[in-house]
Amino acid sequence: MTVATAVLHLALALVLAPLLPGLVNRVKALAAGRTGPPLVQLYSDLARLLRKGSVTSRTTTWVFRAGPAVGLAATLAAATLVPFGGATALFPFGGDLVLFAYLLALARFATVLAALDTGSAFEGMGAAREVTFSSLAEPALFLGLLTVARATRALSLSGMLGPALPEAWARFTPALLIAALALFVVALAENARIPVDDPTTHLELTMIHEVMVLDHSGPDLALILYGAALKLLLFGSLVARVVVGTARTGLAGTALFLLSLVGFAIVVGVVESVMARLRLSRVPQLLVGASVLSAFGLVLLLR
Amino acid sequence: MALHLAAVAVLLAGAALPLALSRWPSVALATGTGAGLLGSALGLASAVSALVQGGAGTISLPWSAPLAELTVGLDPLSAFFEVALFGLALPAVAFGGTYLRPHLGRRGLPTFLCFQNVLLAAMALVFSARQAVLFLVAWEVMAVASFLLVTFEHEREEVRSAGFVYLAASHLGTAFLFALFILLARGAGSFGFDAYAAARAAPAVPAALLFALALVGFGSKAGLVPLHVWLPEAHPAAPSHVSALLSGVMTKAGLYGIFRTLSWLPPAPAWHGLLLAGIGAAGAVAAITLALGARDIKRALAYSSVENVGIIALAAGTGVAASARGATAVAALAWAGALLHVWNHAAMKGLGFLGAGAVAHAAHGRDLEGMGGLLSRLPRTAGLLLVGLAALSALPPLGSFASEWLLYGALLRSGVDATGGTALLAWLALAALAFAGGVAAIAFTRIGGLALLGEPRGPGATAAREPSAGLWAPMAVLAAACVLLGSFPAAALRLASGAIAQASGLSPSLLSAELSPVLSALSGPMRWVLAMLVVGGIVLALHSRRRRALQGSAISGTWACGYARPTARMQYTARSFAQLFLEALAPRALSPRGRITPPRGLFPPSASARFEERDPARTHLFDPLFRIVAVRAARLRRYQADRLNLQLLYTVATLLALILALALRS
Repeated sequence: MTVATAVLHLALALVLAPLLPGLVNRVKALAAGRTGPPLVQLYSDLARLLRKGSVTSRTTTWVFRAGPAVGLAATLAAATLVPFGGATALFPFGGDLVLFAYLLALARFATVLAALDTGSAFEGMGAAREVTFSSLAEPALFLGLLTVARATRALSLSGMLGPALPEAWARFTPALLIAALALFVVALAENARIPVDDPTTHLELTMIHEVMVLDHSGPDLALILYGAALKLLLFGSLVARVVVGTARTGLAGTALFLLSLVGFAIVVGVVESVMARLRLSRVPQLLVGASVLSAFGLVLLLR
Repeated sequence: MALHLAAVAVLLAGAALPLALSRWPSVALATGTGAGLLGSALGLASAVSALVQGGAGTISLPWSAPLAELTVGLDPLSAFFEVALFGLALPAVAFGGTYLRPHLGRRGLPTFLCFQNVLLAAMALVFSARQAVLFLVAWEVMAVASFLLVTFEHEREEVRSAGFVYLAASHLGTAFLFALFILLARGAGSFGFDAYAAARAAPAVPAALLFALALVGFGSKAGLVPLHVWLPEAHPAAPSHVSALLSGVMTKAGLYGIFRTLSWLPPAPAWHGLLLAGIGAAGAVAAITLALGARDIKRALAYSSVENVGIIALAAGTGVAASARGATAVAALAWAGALLHVWNHAAMKGLGFLGAGAVAHAAHGRDLEGMGGLLSRLPRTAGLLLVGLAALSALPPLGSFASEWLLYGALLRSGVDATGGTALLAWLALAALAFAGGVAAIAFTRIGGLALLGEPRGPGATAAREPSAGLWAPMAVLAAACVLLGSFPAAALRLASGAIAQASGLSPSLLSAELSPVLSALSGPMRWVLAMLVVGGIVLALHSRRRRALQGSAISGTWACGYARPTARMQYTARSFAQLFLEALAPRALSPRGRITPPRGLFPPSASARFEERDPARTHLFDPLFRIVAVRAARLRRYQADRLNLQLLYTVATLLALILALALRS
């Protein structure tokens, strides 16, 4: 039964993932007084890209072609560890949060190597920024998750975000608030959102994630776009689950999960509407700040 | 045990034969390599069977040297390290058989082969010696043999200087070991390891002193920061398969020594573990940052060895501290991670150094800034090196992830369950480990991306060709080992359980009760990840082939934002890739010193940027220290006569004084 629910929720997440960027964009459009693209824009983009041919650089090797596939495969594998809605994850086990973080690192490794494979200075630049910033996001992610783990006394993502969470909220509200905030910052950084990166910028020099995938086209680009949407959903469901903090299961849990994801998208959209991208030299301060914040949250749990 | 002695005998015979056959260099190379392979195979068989059986007794042979006994034995801990030694020696020696072929005309080649086999035999004795004097003899032979291997290309000045730094570091370390073993013998009444272990409850001098001596003496061999200064010098200088052995196994001999010493001391107080863990964590972060500044591919890998030794020390220290406060679950996880990482690091760093050697050989240089585009020119070698780089970044589903995961598990559990300062330290260690992992990703995407991908940056890389199977086949074996250790961590752990029990001091039953559920939980997802990647790869390959058949493939230049003629020189460089991290985040002491002449004026004549990577442990600690010593020691120089008879007089006078002192005492 639990496996069936897990599979169902995973399928739901995989299907709904492309909706999330659409929601964020709609919020941004509304905030800017525009109508904005349809919510399902990414679905039609993916369908169109999958039908297209692709152009590859003569510099590239199999690493370039494997990058998007490995990146997506690793993100999919990470998705099997994240609990969605009231369900547990497909493969929960103690310490799975480390595997979660390292699978995302594997996806990044593949994307960065694919970028460097083109021999382009721009993509090298984006790759350097990506790995540098993620080296700072990693401790923040671990400390943030550790705060939740300590508050709930559980070592797996499903346990941390499961039945023990409401009680932990009752006892350790400030620490969990801080952890949620730190995880939200990590989510913004890992998903190349404002204030770390601007997904809609038009100048290659200022990009991080977008510049790494400049040379990918056609189905490869579709894999990348879908992988990015899925990653946003993974982080969104982590943060939303920590914030909402209930252990409701069944249909109510699923509904709450979807609502909280919409909430996450709205918050991301609002942040993107009211903030500008930080200067690159400021980004490390933000990420170190998130680590320090998580550490504060942990200290609050110290007895 | 007989198999082990046979292995050592074959290796020693393999040391003598190339010298005897030195008139026919290719025969000498074949016999030297063949004996190395045979000896390693025998050694591996004996070590694995000893591990499976939970140890294979000890053997004492007559030996008339004073204070010494020729006692060797393979308990699980020794056998565990010998598996790493011989498991890596097999591919490394095979690689050497091809790698050394261009040197057939060199006069030093038979000597080199001789010392290569001597080194293997000495390391086997270091791991299996059961008596302090024998251990020290083997230790010194190992040091001298490896020094002679490092200085193979001694006509180059930097190789000689690297060899000297290594020799000095090695001997200073050994001096501490002499003190350690003598002090231990004072408590035990004998130089036998069994006597040491039996007398562990009541050492003659404070245990803290003994621990400190071991930490310095063995730590200098292991490459614990700041005693690591010889590694980034010696490893690039040596031929690559020797670098693989030094980095994959000889640094582990230092760790073996520390683990062994722990079994001779009273149960360690928590601060011993915290000290070890602190040195390890700080060293891991510092060393991987230094790796970012290295232009030499092998130097960067050497710094990564320092990082990995730091991670093992962090794991072992966590285990010691956890045992001291009775947290057996944490101790079991930490020690399992420490020991498993020894195997993983041997496999992945062997792969890294062999790959770096093959790549540097093909590209005619070790400078990352001159490489590029090697994956399309040597697809097999460079592809296998990429696997090694992924393993060094501890990515799933490779073996190093499994061992780091165990360490993460120990720190997480300690961070969740412990109270007060212990929890605080666990969080700190967790953040440091995560940060080191993130920086390692920068370091190894830098090597992989800049050396192997993109366009070649120099004439050497442009003309590079795939080497023969003799170079890449051993790498394939090591890459397979990385994948297998990652896919079957539970099996590896079961094999190593005796060694883990011995190192941690936990009972085997307790250990397996703590570890087996944890690992079987990990094994499933690890294999699932591997399967996903393989299936994904196959689907992708089929899909892209179909697409190409349907639509034809469009090939074009790399998009350079509209610029029509991008050149290889416009690519990101290894320096620029690391610049953001080194300038924005790394402390100044750890980043290379740069001299930049920016372009000035409307018609700038010339501009340049030059960066010099330095090791702060060397420039800020050892260089000033040795300068002071040299200045003070200069005063002694007037007593240093250049006449032989005066030297003889000194010797006789010293002897007489010693005899007199002995006579007066008794």
